[in-house]
Amino acid sequence: MHSKVLSMRDAIARFVHDGDTVVIEGFTHLICFAAAHEIIRQGRRDLTLCRLTPDLIYDQMIAAGCARKLVFSWAGNPGAGSLHAFRRAVEGKSEAPLEIEEYSHFGMVARFCAGSAKLPFWPMRDYMGTDLPVANPRIRTVTCPYTGERLATVPALNPDVTIVHAQRADASGDAQIWGLLGVQKEAAFASEHVIVVVEELVDEAVIRADPNRTLIPGMIVDAVVVEPWGAHPSYAQGFYDRDNDFYVAWENVSRDPAKLQAYLEEYVHGVSGRQEYLARHPGLVERLRADEQVCAGVNYGY
Amino acid sequence: MASFSHSELMCTVAARELKDGEVVFVGIGLPNLACNLARHTHAPNLVLIYESGAVGAVPERLPVSIGDPALVTGSLMVCSMADVFQCILQNGLIEVGFLGGAQVDRWGNINTTVIGPYERPKVRLPGSGGAAEIAIHAQRVVIISRLDRRAFPEQVDFITSPGHRARGGTRRELGMPGAGPIKVITDKGILEADPESGELVLTAVYPGVSVDEVRSSVGWPLKARDALGCVEAPDATALHLLRDVLDPHQLYLKG
Repeated sequence: MHSKVLSMRDAIARFVHDGDTVVIEGFTHLICFAAAHEIIRQGRRDLTLCRLTPDLIYDQMIAAGCARKLVFSWAGNPGAGSLHAFRRAVEGKSEAPLEIEEYSHFGMVARFCAGSAKLPFWPMRDYMGTDLPVANPRIRTVTCPYTGERLATVPALNPDVTIVHAQRADASGDAQIWGLLGVQKEAAFASEHVIVVVEELVDEAVIRADPNRTLIPGMIVDAVVVEPWGAHPSYAQGFYDRDNDFYVAWENVSRDPAKLQAYLEEYVHGVSGRQEYLARHPGLVERLRADEQVCAGVNYGY
Repeated sequence: MASFSHSELMCTVAARELKDGEVVFVGIGLPNLACNLARHTHAPNLVLIYESGAVGAVPERLPVSIGDPALVTGSLMVCSMADVFQCILQNGLIEVGFLGGAQVDRWGNINTTVIGPYERPKVRLPGSGGAAEIAIHAQRVVIISRLDRRAFPEQVDFITSPGHRARGGTRRELGMPGAGPIKVITDKGILEADPESGELVLTAVYPGVSVDEVRSSVGWPLKARDALGCVEAPDATALHLLRDVLDPHQLYLKG
């Protein structure tokens, strides 16, 4: 079997280019900060960044100057405050302008559904009475040919590259995820290229023993990167907990542009990759490593 | 009577809105706490659904975010977000949706998008998340928000989540399946949507709060029901659960 395993540096160099439409998905869970940091280190510019929740990951990429445009549906730091690099750009308080294209969560999910099914748009019963279609003229309507009902539509989103963090995959990229699934499957199928980043590289036999857990099949995957703890400060169910302290602390870091740049210098530009990043966070692994709550397998026999 | 904070009272009042066995779409912040309080008291069979995909969640710790790993462990189902929004919410299965907002207006429209003009906002807020579609589809919506004049203008700057009269039409005229925000739980009293007009009117005040005090915190001539209800204070069990069990680190209860 052909191995797609690459280093993070090589995978980003090969599949993420200036001007690309880039998706790094994962709803709270499995957000691949390691990939974002490598994109920042390689100095990518003019990216169209798409995610339901830009989260700290895109706040960092906006601050690092990677983004030309942001496509999103909820731009906050849950339970902790704001994404201040994003806010400075949108409120006109930073030098670099940022174009935005805004939906609701359902709208973003529907865009990926259309993209993954190779349809031009997706119908939904949504947006009536809201100002979102005024703010974003790409939210439109269609009349149902069967009932005559007017339904909202959103256009397909087909990224150049989608990066998904997973608990495990084999060398061909057959990726298994458990815990919150977000919209990663639809985003991956919608995308021209897919990079899977994993906590653990496993034999194909491990995947085949439990095929229902595979979210993304290797046939749509271009590269597999093995990067343990690559989602920190996000989390990987069964591997490590979300670093809520980090999210809370981000409020004060991102509020001050100088502090934010100092953060990027120290933890992104100042390290060669995830291993050095982890070395700069002593005690992190002990603090966040997951407890065991293992489920029994099922009988796949017939 | 034990003393309690505004947040504790709002939380307790919100929890009382939930009946045992109901299916509730849980949002971040105080709604999260209120739903878990209800689950620990009168509504042990509440089905908590989070937009992150956790169905029938039984979090052993208070979720800091709506994507907390504790929502997965022990839940009934974890589904994709496409399933949450299509098979569950758009399918009409959500009985109660809880929403908060930076601004709530006379008709229960909610703004979580911008203060000021959209193109050059004075304050950029997070945006909709799932709130727009929850406001449209949930069978009923309960809003939790602190009362003050800036937060309760006659008209919101931007309609993120529609109430009873938005963009020139009623919910029925606009084809919205759910009943919309039937109740607004604040830190001074309770507003309810008038069944005829959809306008928010004052229906209950908390102990020690005057009607004038509520009126001065609202940006439109607030009507009050003739017979105002009174609101029971949180009992010792609720206060114990909130302070010692559910939110010991004052994640949501501060203020």
